[in-house]
Amino acid sequence: MTATGLAWPELAERRTRPRRINLGRLAAWAVLIAIVAVTLFPFYWALRTGLSNNRSLPSDVASPLPVDPTVGAFRRVLGMATTVEAQAEGGSGSSLNFWLFLRNSVIFATIVTAGQVLFSSLAAYAFARLRWPGRDTVFFIFLIGLMVPPIFIVLPNFVLVRDLGLLNTFPGLVAPFVLMNPFAIFFLRQFFLSISSEIEEAAVLDGASHFTIYWRIMMPIIRPATVTLAVLVYIAAWNEYLWPLLVGPKEDVRVLTVALGIFRAQTPQLSPDWAGLMAATLISALPIIVLFAAVGRKLVDSIQFTGLR
Amino acid sequence: MTNANAITRPVSPARPATGTAARPGRAARPRQRRRNDLWVALAFIAPALLGFVVFYLVPAVRGLYLSFTDWNLLSDPEFVGLDNYRRLLQDDLFWNALWVTAKYVVINIGIQTVLAVLIAVLIDRLTRSTWLRGIVLLPYLMPNVVVALLFLWILDYQLGIGNHALAAIGLDRIPFFGSQDWVIPTIAGVNIWRHMGYTALLIFAGLQAIPRMLYEQAAIDGASEWRIFWRITLPLLRPVLALVLVISIIGSFQIFDTIAVTTQGGPVHASRVIYFYIYERAFENFDMGYAATLAVALVVILVGVTVIQLKLLRAREVD
Repeated sequence: MTATGLAWPELAERRTRPRRINLGRLAAWAVLIAIVAVTLFPFYWALRTGLSNNRSLPSDVASPLPVDPTVGAFRRVLGMATTVEAQAEGGSGSSLNFWLFLRNSVIFATIVTAGQVLFSSLAAYAFARLRWPGRDTVFFIFLIGLMVPPIFIVLPNFVLVRDLGLLNTFPGLVAPFVLMNPFAIFFLRQFFLSISSEIEEAAVLDGASHFTIYWRIMMPIIRPATVTLAVLVYIAAWNEYLWPLLVGPKEDVRVLTVALGIFRAQTPQLSPDWAGLMAATLISALPIIVLFAAVGRKLVDSIQFTGLR
Repeated sequence: MTNANAITRPVSPARPATGTAARPGRAARPRQRRRNDLWVALAFIAPALLGFVVFYLVPAVRGLYLSFTDWNLLSDPEFVGLDNYRRLLQDDLFWNALWVTAKYVVINIGIQTVLAVLIAVLIDRLTRSTWLRGIVLLPYLMPNVVVALLFLWILDYQLGIGNHALAAIGLDRIPFFGSQDWVIPTIAGVNIWRHMGYTALLIFAGLQAIPRMLYEQAAIDGASEWRIFWRITLPLLRPVLALVLVISIIGSFQIFDTIAVTTQGGPVHASRVIYFYIYERAFENFDMGYAATLAVALVVILVGVTVIQLKLLRAREVD
């Protein structure tokens, strides 16, 4: 890359470089490490608190290790502790019906993910690989859907779901999400576009239908992208708060985020069960951390991708 | 199926294994380009189209209509013309909500963008470790509710480690969520923590588009990292940065979850942001018509802000 004629400045640079760079680099590393520390600290602090005895928390506010360590808070949240046990460790005695809410979150996120990935990939295929009049116009109109602030359509959608009698049901919860996600269509379309048309033409010549091409040829090729998208959609659905709060507050369909909000609202102002809250918080975040650990690399790279295009 | 063009070429009897991509000599290609797959396409987009019409398009139109009505969700909506819009102009709580939201957006976006650029450049210049990028992204993947609870605890007035640290270095304790002056900066800070890593990764992606040669040349010329940043990185990053700003400002305007879990708009009205105010009007006061009007106002504001930003961006591109 560097032309040989530049040998002299290179030498000059080599003489001055080591000290200056080392100091600067050291400072830069220090800043980066500080940022990582700030990023991770709240998670650690939640763990430390969740493993503490809630009654003993005030006695040692700054202890870096759990105070009077116990897994009581986790047991409390998971409904494995009796009321007496819970109250002995400073819990409220009212239990979070955690397993039910966990199940609800899993059902909600799974249906939304399956629907969005399937239906969005179908649509993305039509936008990327089929030729039809009005295609680009329709795609553009879909994209506008990305920019509408959710609250604007949440009001009428709530009314619609209510009028259909679907409040506090899973169909009502997933309805606005399951068929359509402008981002997912946009995301997958990029990948469909990148596939060489040779493959498709060969299949057409062999008499394959478009559905066969889509399902048997295209989908396997873009599988990595589909997996990344599925994880993104799953996490987004898992984190959804406003819609489930409005449409599914009842226990049998209440998802974890809504449950956490209610749990927090019901926590007594005086001597709240911080250990229990932190344990519940951590357990709610756990599925996402596991998913992230499984596909972290792809996810990190996909952020770059969607950020750029 | 409309693949009549397949007749023009002999059909091979055996299906090729998937993945055998290379087939030489595409004489029939121009004719294939002209094919029309309308009916197939309709079948493919049918579910998404249904979802779009029922849950995006119709609600958007209905929302606009509702903004001209008075409706408590029980009786039928009553058309009241521009009454809601007149009421909006005189609604102190609406203007308060706008002011609070604007404060939040400025603090949030200002600090978040600077930190994100810093993180992106540091990662780019020091290490491109996927691990590190993963860690930095982690807060963004957490539910807002979880993040809100984490900081509610860390910043608790009595028992929070944050206030304990302040006290330990001799400062006064701060009622982070409980004071009218602190609540917006606090919530902005919480969301900076959640979003700065994600924003950094968007910017990091932009950095990858800057030719490495420029850095090498600059280093050979003896330029310091500081100079390289101001002279090369930042100017070349500007288009990406502008795009990131547009996206994050739109997102920032829609702060809701954190407020709903922590302060519910309080103390008094100090954190009653526009999104939360709309929510309250609609679902606590059952004032659907007026809530729809507020939502329309929010859309108008967002469109306005975006247009101004894009204009500024284009103006800068010219010079």
